[in-house]
Amino acid sequence: MDRIPILKMGGFLLVTIQVDMHDRLAMTLQDDLTQRISSTGARGVLIDISSLEIVDSFIGRMLANIAGMARVLDAETVLVGMRPAVAITLVELGLALPGIRTALDVERGMLLLRRAVGGDTPAGPGPQGEVAVPEARRADGDDGQD
Amino acid sequence: MPRSSVIPRVVTDDEGALLNDWLAEQASVAAPGVRANPADRDESREFLALLRNAVQRGNLETPAGVDWTPVRDFLSTMSRGRVQRGASPSQVATFVLSLKQPLFARLRGAVGGDGDALADEIWTATRLIDQLALYTTEVYQKAREEVIARQQSDMLELSTPVVKLWDGILALPMIGTLDSARTQVVMETLLQRIVEQGAEIAIIDITGVPTVDTLTAQHLLKTVTAARLMGADCIISGIRPQIAQTIVHLGVDLGDITTKATLADAFRLALQRTGAPLGRVAPRSV
Amino acid sequence: MATTVRTELMDCRTTTDVVLVRQAVRTWAMELGFSLVDQTKMVTAASELARNAVEYGGGGTVLLERIDDGLRRGLRLTFEDRGPGIADIERAMTDGFTTGGGLGLGLSGARRLVNDFAIVSAPGQGTRVTVVRWK
Repeated sequence: MDRIPILKMGGFLLVTIQVDMHDRLAMTLQDDLTQRISSTGARGVLIDISSLEIVDSFIGRMLANIAGMARVLDAETVLVGMRPAVAITLVELGLALPGIRTALDVERGMLLLRRAVGGDTPAGPGPQGEVAVPEARRADGDDGQD
Repeated sequence: MPRSSVIPRVVTDDEGALLNDWLAEQASVAAPGVRANPADRDESREFLALLRNAVQRGNLETPAGVDWTPVRDFLSTMSRGRVQRGASPSQVATFVLSLKQPLFARLRGAVGGDGDALADEIWTATRLIDQLALYTTEVYQKAREEVIARQQSDMLELSTPVVKLWDGILALPMIGTLDSARTQVVMETLLQRIVEQGAEIAIIDITGVPTVDTLTAQHLLKTVTAARLMGADCIISGIRPQIAQTIVHLGVDLGDITTKATLADAFRLALQRTGAPLGRVAPRSV
Repeated sequence: MATTVRTELMDCRTTTDVVLVRQAVRTWAMELGFSLVDQTKMVTAASELARNAVEYGGGGTVLLERIDDGLRRGLRLTFEDRGPGIADIERAMTDGFTTGGGLGLGLSGARRLVNDFAIVSAPGQGTRVTVVRWK
């Protein structure tokens, strides 16, 4: 069975959705993400949908769910790379995706997340894309590495 | 005509004086504040010369024949030129019509005390000049239609004018009334450019939009919402007081969309938001 | 009255079928020369309606048709299921979006994405939704 890979980038998680998702894949992704956010203490989740040609209400709900769960786990979600045709269609569909931040691409999404959760010093990304920001550390001393 | 007209003689012998009187007449009927164009003098002189040639050939009944072709051609060119410069139809016709007064004055002198003769001459002169004036109006109409057609096609090309103002900042100056189909095309183009240019801010300037109806306002809102879903934001600038009123009356809620009075203001704000180093240059000393 | 130029009948029983339906609609829309945005709208509408048939209709079918009314050509999709049917169609069409999902958004949303929309449904009699997008 396929699984959508979840990459760790410093204190954030990156998910790239490329396939035409069916239900089981979507459910698995939500489960996996919740797991990873929890275990890594990630403060942010980037969802790259630049390959998606369609976002229907099902995918929309999935995205809203992910953002909701992430927030409960103290992580921000940023949706990046939505295509113009998809955006236009979503607006027509009436899907608002409330509470989800958006960015044009992964790089800007990272910048957005750093400003939102990692303080506002836009230092350049280190080798792992990690920014040394004290606030990103968890209270229990776990520095977020797996 | 029972006798030959004195018009050819009047136009030929007194050409210089007639010209001056005509120029004075043109000036006096011109719109206040309109300065005399030196080219007008040359045009008038040329017209008078052509008129002289034509009336000498004899046919004063109607200026439609081949004798009058040079005059008609001249009027055609003159008319088109004035259309280009933005003259109104009456302004163009006045060029010809204002010749009546000076011409009549001279006719009275040439005819002496003969009332009937004078009446005939004035009648002939009037018909001639009227027809020439009408001709200029026809040319004007046609030229105007050509200008409008050209402007329309220009505007259609300009209809999706997304401009890059700065790194990451686009502007979309909207012009004219926005019909549904056109607005959709424009909206799609803007969103496409946002992706291509990686622009985080798009300024939609509606200074050139005379009226906004519900459909247009909705399209604007949809465009902004779509842009936000993509990771960009929009500023709407150039909202004139009338449009602001319309928007309120229509019950359209712009929500948290930023609006600015002018494109310049919007640009300034966009620069601040994208963190362009305006006044934030850190000195590299030490 | 539009004439049908070409048809294809597809299953709409599983979520995998939903994916296949999307792909088919995409192909047909492209062949008909729809703009990218119009393609996207049609495929999204198809996705909504296919999903409805699967989740609420107990599975059904979709008929893809390329039609021509003399002036324009279009793509018509007819989703049909033998499910429980919809008791209050109007209400179903006006339900808003909730995180719990629901029939409402699928129908009202799909309607906004197409040119022509028709629905026939009654309790115990299944549901048939017909949508058309014209080029």
